[in-house]
Amino acid sequence: MNKQSNIYTTIYIIVLVLIVGTALAVTSLSLRSRQQANIDADKMRQILAAVHITPDASDVIADFNKYIVAQKVVNAAGDTIPGDAFTIDVAAQVKLADSERSLPVYICRLADSDIKYILPAYGAGLWGPIWGYVALDSDGSTIYGAYFAHQGETPGLGAEIEKPAFSDKFNGKHLFKDGEFLPVAVVKAGQRPAGNEDYVDGVSGGTITSKGVSDMLSNSLKPYESYLKNISRK
Amino acid sequence: MAEKISNKSVLLNPFSKNNPVIVQVLGICSVLAVTAKLEPAIVMGISVIAVLAFSNVIISLIRSTIPTNIRIIVQLVVVAGLVVIVDQLLKAYTYDVSKQLSVFIGLIITNCILMGRLEAFAMANKPWPSFLDGIGNGAGYALILIIVGFFRELLGSGSLLGYQVVPQWCYEHGYVNNGLMILPPMALIVVACIIWIHRLVNKDLQED
Repeated sequence: MNKQSNIYTTIYIIVLVLIVGTALAVTSLSLRSRQQANIDADKMRQILAAVHITPDASDVIADFNKYIVAQKVVNAAGDTIPGDAFTIDVAAQVKLADSERSLPVYICRLADSDIKYILPAYGAGLWGPIWGYVALDSDGSTIYGAYFAHQGETPGLGAEIEKPAFSDKFNGKHLFKDGEFLPVAVVKAGQRPAGNEDYVDGVSGGTITSKGVSDMLSNSLKPYESYLKNISRK
Repeated sequence: MAEKISNKSVLLNPFSKNNPVIVQVLGICSVLAVTAKLEPAIVMGISVIAVLAFSNVIISLIRSTIPTNIRIIVQLVVVAGLVVIVDQLLKAYTYDVSKQLSVFIGLIITNCILMGRLEAFAMANKPWPSFLDGIGNGAGYALILIIVGFFRELLGSGSLLGYQVVPQWCYEHGYVNNGLMILPPMALIVVACIIWIHRLVNKDLQED
């Protein structure tokens, strides 16, 4: 058989691609549920990190079910709308106008039966997306804890936002100032924000990532204003 | 092949005299990227060993059937298929590590070591020597990755495999982690130091 002929070459590559394609499809299908479980567990871990709960990998799901007592979806008017909070794609929601967004809220009851409200945030850093979860006290204003993560910020600089050293600076800051909704700003060390809002120092050398955190918080949390006002009245 | 090389030297040569990273200087890009911590360096090393060994065997098995004019395409298809399978397995079983390695597993496809070994060895040798060659070269690559990862994590973060090694009292007395070690350029400098020491020992590798 002539191995250099066009027919042989064409048939050869078609057969090869079919075999490889089948192998990939089988692998992907057989591992999908396991991968999705990993992604879900990782999300649960991040949500719990916002309330300073850091379980071992094997306990994440159990702890999530234990502490997160309710999940709901609200709209910008503060009303509860039907939907599954956990499966909402926050990355897609933050691109919509405030009034069109579905806003997930995770309600957490800690061991001392304090209620915390955990809100997701999503924005852009220097090299890629950044995201996080902010846990609020039951007054709907005081930050109890925050968790930030990133896809590919510079190690040692922008990537520092994922460290507790940065996220713990948000503890005790307020989203409301004199009844006005002003999400916490992230500014360069030594500077102050233009308005009256609470602020934390950014990461030195990570100016654009820090600014990204600031913008992410204001964009992602703004639509929650009515909802947060409602819970503070209760 | 003109000379018959023993299976043992096929397996062991890539560790030192013919190391893909420090002698052939291939695969440098991923050395920069994944060695800031030791754990991803180890997983990356294992992944490359697996992909290299199996792609070498597969190419070696079908080497006499491959039409010469599309042999690079055939090699790429095989390598790409294996890399995606490894990526999927990592996502399913070691999710945290696969998050750290992110795109670099996918970039194994473009790692010159793979194409180099497939072209230079697997296309001309039987499956068993090809398998050993893949293991040897993959391990030679992994070895450098692990050495670089060891020093970068130790000096850059004061930890190894995530465990704190530098004791707290050092920090209290003014010791500071070298943040530069975390950044990619230091990987090159560490690799250069390894090459330096390696050439000091192996004088026959020195060039004029």
